[in-house]
Amino acid sequence: MNGTTQMKFRDPARAKALVDRLHALMAEIGRPVNVMHVCGSHEQAMARFGLRATFPKSLNMIMGPGCPVCITDQPEVDEAVALVMQGATVATYGDMLRVPGTSKSLADAQAAGGRVEVVYSIDQAVAIARTTTDPVVFFATGFETTAVTTATVLLRDDLPSNFTVLSAHKFVPPAMNVVAGMEESLVEGFLAAGHAAIITGWGIFEEFVEKYRMPVVVAGFEPLDILAGMVALVELVGRGTPAVVNAYPRCVTREGNRRAQEQLWRVFKMQSGHWRGIADIPEGNLEIRDEFAHRDARRVYRVDPALAAGDGPSDLAVQCLCGSIMVGLKTPHDCALYGKDCVPENPVGACMVSSEGTCKIWWQYGGRPDVAAMIGGAR
Amino acid sequence: MCLGIPGRIVEITGLTAVVDFWGVRKQVALDLVDEPVKPGDYILNHVGYAIRRIPEDDIEGTLALYEELLRETDGGDLMAEDVAGELGSLGPAHPKGEPS
Ligand code: SF4
Repeated sequence: MNGTTQMKFRDPARAKALVDRLHALMAEIGRPVNVMHVCGSHEQAMARFGLRATFPKSLNMIMGPGCPVCITDQPEVDEAVALVMQGATVATYGDMLRVPGTSKSLADAQAAGGRVEVVYSIDQAVAIARTTTDPVVFFATGFETTAVTTATVLLRDDLPSNFTVLSAHKFVPPAMNVVAGMEESLVEGFLAAGHAAIITGWGIFEEFVEKYRMPVVVAGFEPLDILAGMVALVELVGRGTPAVVNAYPRCVTREGNRRAQEQLWRVFKMQSGHWRGIADIPEGNLEIRDEFAHRDARRVYRVDPALAAGDGPSDLAVQCLCGSIMVGLKTPHDCALYGKDCVPENPVGACMVSSEGTCKIWWQYGGRPDVAAMIGGAR
Repeated sequence: MCLGIPGRIVEITGLTAVVDFWGVRKQVALDLVDEPVKPGDYILNHVGYAIRRIPEDDIEGTLALYEELLRETDGGDLMAEDVAGELGSLGPAHPKGEPS
């Protein structure tokens, strides 16, 4: 296991005050509280800075379905692999390369001689398409923050005709509904991801709060931002107040980035779809609208995912608990493969592939490091 | 991937800006940012696109986390690697807008 990268809080006195406040609030509440965040960057920050170790033991912060790579479904990866096997060049973000489909990943397809290109942005995929007349498909993954960049490119009128998009984009708010509505779920409040909310605005959570009578706090990524967000969230849970609080006002507004939203919804519409290992999420997928059918790889080509499915999942893969981990019912420690058959160098499940996956983050940062000393022995 | 990275605009041509990220200059698309931006402004970049202009008062608070991450890279740090990855792979040649 790798050692933890230690960090000094920018403002230890403020960190200690926030941690003390969390402990006081939890003592008042007097029972365990479970809350969920839905963002890989929040999990990274919490693990890296060891924030969980400063929380009261009765306060459980769960990482929900906040890793876009991890919730990309096996059949979606199969489609991308099939396109490669059918002769297309598939360009995608680096994290997607090793994510397993039913039996193959894009890395496997590449090793078998297929054309797979890792790109940093969709523009690089377009640039690749300009150099050839062969089909170039951008396998587009990610939440709303990334989907807006796909949308803006599809609105351009100078795209090469051989360029299409295989959309596996997902929309976070509907997944919160599914978790909140699960009978076995213990979640009492959500910490929403600051950067997705830059796009959607915090107002989008009002409907959720109304429907599920559950508080939502939008938080940033600095350790102090997260601690402040947690204090606000636990206060709301303790008081039984379903409300949205914006604890990241320096980046997030109520209405969000209107210009980006406008482009997003011109190109995409919400569609029900399966999130890997979790459930069918009503309206959780972003599908390309009919007006852009000529840019939709699913409609331009006859994609046959069965080509890539092979003999089905391996014996190890069926033991993966990613889905249960992402809805807060299990942790990586409940998985018999964690750190044994499944490690970052040789991942079995998507949560061990991505830098935003719970299993990889916990493994890399050594689970729950103790940083109490860093803020002067707060607890 | 969702963290993004802040940088300072050096110059703007059409919908493309040259942005300085701690001394590394890269091109960033401005199609999505919803406020007018000018050289000297800070923006938050996500996969090659500015998604937000960072207000003056908030620049220091926003930069702090990244400076910490860039300073203390010792390998195996996923967050620092993601940030370094954003820096390293921001394509220098932004193909948008050029006639094909
Ligand atoms: S350790 Fe591997 S197999 Fe187990 S849940 Fe995590 S990703 Fe899946």
